[in-house]
Amino acid sequence: MHFRIYRYDPDKDEKPRMQDYDVQLDPHDRMLLDALVRIKEQDDSLSLRRSCREGVCGSDAMNINGRNGLACITKLADLKEPVVLRPLPGLPVIRDLIVDMTQFFKQYHSIKPYLVNNDPPPEKERLQSPQQREELDGLYECILCACCSTSCPSFWWNPDKFVGPAGLLQAYRFLADSRDQAAAERLDDLEDPYRLFRCHSIMNCVDSCPKGLNPTRAIGKIKDLMVKRTV
Amino acid sequence: MALAKRSFDAVVVGAGGAGLRAALQLSEAGLSVAVVSKVFPTRSHTVAAQGGIGAALGNMGEDSWLWHMYDTVKGSDWLGDQDTIEFMCREAPKAVYELEHYGMPFDRNDNGTVYQRPFGGHSQNFGERPVQRSCCAADRTGHAMLHTLYQRNVRAHTLFFVEWMALDLIRDASGQVLGVTVLEMETGDVMILQAGATLFATGGGGRMFHSSTNAFINTGDGPGMAARAGLPLQDMEFYQFHPTGVYGAGILITEAVRGEGGYLLNKNGERFMERYAPNLKDLASRDVVSRAMATEIKEGRGAGPHGDHLMLKLDHLGPEVIDKRLPGIREISKKFASVDPVKDPIPVVPTAHYMMGGIPTNYHSEVIAPRGADKEATVPGFYAAGECACASVHGGNRLGTNSLTELLVFGKSAADSAIRFLKENPGHKELPTDAADRSLARLARLDNQKNGESVAEVANDMRRAMQAHCGVFRFPDLLAEGVKKIRAIADRATRTGIRDKSKVFNTARIEALELENTIEAARATMVGAAARQESRGAHDRADFHQRDDVNWLKHTLWYKEGDRLDYRPVHMKPLTAQTIEPKVRTY
Repeated sequence: MHFRIYRYDPDKDEKPRMQDYDVQLDPHDRMLLDALVRIKEQDDSLSLRRSCREGVCGSDAMNINGRNGLACITKLADLKEPVVLRPLPGLPVIRDLIVDMTQFFKQYHSIKPYLVNNDPPPEKERLQSPQQREELDGLYECILCACCSTSCPSFWWNPDKFVGPAGLLQAYRFLADSRDQAAAERLDDLEDPYRLFRCHSIMNCVDSCPKGLNPTRAIGKIKDLMVKRTV
Repeated sequence: MALAKRSFDAVVVGAGGAGLRAALQLSEAGLSVAVVSKVFPTRSHTVAAQGGIGAALGNMGEDSWLWHMYDTVKGSDWLGDQDTIEFMCREAPKAVYELEHYGMPFDRNDNGTVYQRPFGGHSQNFGERPVQRSCCAADRTGHAMLHTLYQRNVRAHTLFFVEWMALDLIRDASGQVLGVTVLEMETGDVMILQAGATLFATGGGGRMFHSSTNAFINTGDGPGMAARAGLPLQDMEFYQFHPTGVYGAGILITEAVRGEGGYLLNKNGERFMERYAPNLKDLASRDVVSRAMATEIKEGRGAGPHGDHLMLKLDHLGPEVIDKRLPGIREISKKFASVDPVKDPIPVVPTAHYMMGGIPTNYHSEVIAPRGADKEATVPGFYAAGECACASVHGGNRLGTNSLTELLVFGKSAADSAIRFLKENPGHKELPTDAADRSLARLARLDNQKNGESVAEVANDMRRAMQAHCGVFRFPDLLAEGVKKIRAIADRATRTGIRDKSKVFNTARIEALELENTIEAARATMVGAAARQESRGAHDRADFHQRDDVNWLKHTLWYKEGDRLDYRPVHMKPLTAQTIEPKVRTY
């Protein structure tokens, strides 16, 4: 199978280049990550992040034939050749397929991604009905792979000011939690021309999420909450 | 050239469940803490845990920590230390409530309490009938737990060294641990992290096997570092094969499938577990189910054209239950087995999953290294928790859900012990002048190695040897040959070479360093297995079919120096409960 992969090592390359690889696959090789492991056995200088190889850790996000996705759950059989692999767009490249995710995590951290509840904790669990718990479905499953935020033109333009789809999905995860008491502060923090309102519903995030989550819908719900509190 | 050095009250190596729980405790106590992790914390392998956290909350019916303790001791085939097991089972409910207060999105019952599901080996009233003890968030419990713990650490302003790899322990002449050497992946820089207390939470070593449910990062780093520093590894021959890995891919299919009512079939469509475990059937403990499956395959009742796997049926649960309780399993089956479990059974096979052994610790999570006659001597300033440790709560076989319980309970207890130690021993001792020598020598060797063998080749040979010689069933001749093979491979691992010499994010270098850790864990596993002449828990010997409590009710200790074995007694006396006396183990 034929691959064309973005290569850049600041230690020795003046500028990035594309490198071609032909790989003999084993019948057991099912996913793109299997092929990348094989390429690395041939050429140990190819650098990428990977860990769980089942789509839950979020390490091996990359741009695959023009679309962001996880290498470990992208089937080889579905890929057109040559398979063109690039690092996630919009973030600085450290080396090869590895990007610097500082800005992405900074935005995630900025939404206070933790439960705020200032009541003294009860002796046992805080109660939550199954319906209240269901509000968190489609939100808590995010794996922070950054496929969504790095496919979002608004995030490309303003990665320092726009929270981005991943961060906003998590902002709504806590707004939607019946146990959280910081809704007002959370909304105040997002009431800003950039932090929330740079989302123009382009919906690339929905298209690229490997977990099938819908950040655009969550962003819409945050906007609804903002409207509700002003009327 | 003097290396850069930073000093902290405590350094935690590893940012999975145990590392994050420990870090939280240390941060909230106001100590200066550095957490070192090869990957961004939420990428740690705790994220892949599916089924739940074992704790006797009693939300679904009567339960008691004493029953949980009984199940765990029996599950361990009596190799578990009964004091640590009591400690874990007693603390478990508190640990779950705490996690809930941190924001964990547990599934709920109609009355608002945490939903609990049945799981293998967990029973009511000392083995009578299955109990619902596993606290879960659908089949993504580990993911939900890891993110919750990370989020709580964000709130506590814990300092993380993300994408740094710990290389070696630093010990002084007295044996006290004074920190670690670390490598920053992005720059290739090496630094010393000096610590009053050093806590290992580095996870498992499943990558020693060819077919494993484990992530690429699970390379036995903690055991490797401990072994190089002259410390023993305990009970490494007890390696768990999970009954249900996806056939051909190795991806985990949670026991929660069977907890929610799924069951295994052989090629004749027979629910064969009824023959092996008439009472708990498919919910017998993992060693029992995996052995039954291997027996079915061996005796020609395996499914598929090669008769080499079995089928996990759950379509009778209906799409509603599957989508609500097991959505991740449906996703995995479709992707990795091209099967929609709502309609068809999933092809599964026992797959290497969990390292029961590790760095020996007591119930305070203090690391044990016997000195002369003192088999309980601890290493000052050194703590371990989670899969890298051997507390030993799992003994010969871990029960499902007890790994997450262990992360929470012993992550916290390790931190509490470190806090006590730091109070009594404030400040930093002087580092030995050769503190970083071992690490620097390892890196220099890799940089200068000419014509070295490829890391991938040596690693693949290690995995094949472990798989072929140290699997579900173990044979004396295969083990003896396996020891020879793994020793030769360990020798080759000291002569690997990398072509990539870049300083920047050199993952070839990382993989070479990882292999030096994994091979120690693998060697301990093979050597320990060859020596243990009995069948207990996950260790099943073709030439010694029975458990032998007279000669082998003891923990194995393996030392890298001289590839040497020693033994220490099992703690049969619980903290407050009565000893659960060994008896024949049936399910």
